[in-house]
Amino acid sequence: MVTLLYFARLRETFGTSSEQAVLPDQVGDVRSLTEWLRQRGGVWQEELAAARPVRVAVNQDMASPDTTVRDGDEIAFFPPVTGG
Amino acid sequence: MAARVQTEDFDLGAEIARLRQGNPAIGAVVAFVGLVRDLNENASVSEMTLEHYPGMTEKALTEIEAAAKSRWDIVETLVIHRVGALQPTDQIVLVAVGSAHRHEAFAACEFIMDYLKTQAPFWKKEQTPQGAHWVDARESDETAAQRWIPPQAK
Repeated sequence: MVTLLYFARLRETFGTSSEQAVLPDQVGDVRSLTEWLRQRGGVWQEELAAARPVRVAVNQDMASPDTTVRDGDEIAFFPPVTGG
Repeated sequence: MAARVQTEDFDLGAEIARLRQGNPAIGAVVAFVGLVRDLNENASVSEMTLEHYPGMTEKALTEIEAAAKSRWDIVETLVIHRVGALQPTDQIVLVAVGSAHRHEAFAACEFIMDYLKTQAPFWKKEQTPQGAHWVDARESDETAAQRWIPPQAK
């Protein structure tokens, strides 16, 4: 089980700020997790399309597509940050 | 080193007094204060809401401060970032650095601000006459942060 978090525009578009998910065996990194979520279709497919500038953090550290994800992780999806 | 995320406003004078209190090694303090403007990308802004990622925000800010401290000879740093609803002229962010000499404080303050802009998980949503919209990240902010990376490390 992992915790998935969504922020800002993604939170609004997906209509949720967090969910618990059981990862299938083929999901082992950020790239495959994103691909898995994209298969939900609709807004998931649109917002997580390869061309969209989505950022991912694993356990509160900025991640890359190759970053490993495993059971118990907190994985957040969000647009490029705009603070300051 | 301190990082605070809060809805309340902050008092620059009081924060700097606290930062340098009991620290006679500090001979220079440089502070940056970011404010809400009433115009962005040619649209008038009546209000903005700042969202963040609790937990990761504090961690990211502390890591940026630690990176500045390892890079320059500085004594003390402070970052305060506000969240929630803000109006034009409101203060959004404070970055303050105390060091023995001014050059380190100027450089570290700018470094912390540039990295905050691209690494700390905050998002702005603006209210304009055309409706509310999420602010897009700027290429120029990414470029500003990149200039601190030595060419061989890129």
